[in-house]
Amino acid sequence: MNHYETVFILNPVLSDVQIKETVKKYEDFLVSKGAKMISKEDWGLKKLAYPIQNKKSGFYHLFEFTAPGEVINPLEVEFRREERFMRYLTVKLDKHAISWAERRRVKLKEKAKA
Amino acid sequence: MSNIEQQAKGKKDGEIRYLTPLNIDTNKTKKYCMFKKSGIRYVDYKDPDFLMRFINEQGKLLPRRLTGTSLKYQRKVSVAVKRARHLALMPYVADLLK
Repeated sequence: MNHYETVFILNPVLSDVQIKETVKKYEDFLVSKGAKMISKEDWGLKKLAYPIQNKKSGFYHLFEFTAPGEVINPLEVEFRREERFMRYLTVKLDKHAISWAERRRVKLKEKAKA
Repeated sequence: MSNIEQQAKGKKDGEIRYLTPLNIDTNKTKKYCMFKKSGIRYVDYKDPDFLMRFINEQGKLLPRRLTGTSLKYQRKVSVAVKRARHLALMPYVADLLK
């Protein structure tokens, strides 16, 4: 089991329901392949630094999960086929990155409380 | 011609000559690697505001000789900036970024 983190940008023209549906779809996909979700983050609608597909903003989502390495390839294939996705990036986290991610989560929680 | 004569005399109108060398401050502050100093072990690509200090106005990576980052962390910074660019968190090309 490796630790992974994936960020993806969804098309800004989607409705809230469609976004939830898409996010749920990939979460279920991961879980069905034996991955364990650690955290999900919704960054909301963000402005892009440069236009992608002639769009200037996008919905950012982040998944953090542990999964066996064979899961990543089919996941990325699915990502490539999905038209709602504008960009995605999956990275494997090393031990420093994991501790950073934990600290980051604690910080975000505190922020949400305050 | 007059210029050479003046120089020969060692005098020019309005020229200021110093007997002792000017007191110019030459001991600059030593650069340091901020990752080593503050104990950051991982460079996060999700934080574009932080990565902003390693790029110039055009969005290009700054060299190590200017930022003082150690080689180990410069490599990580470079990877992080490239990831951030891919996710449109940072621009590939920009103008007057700062």
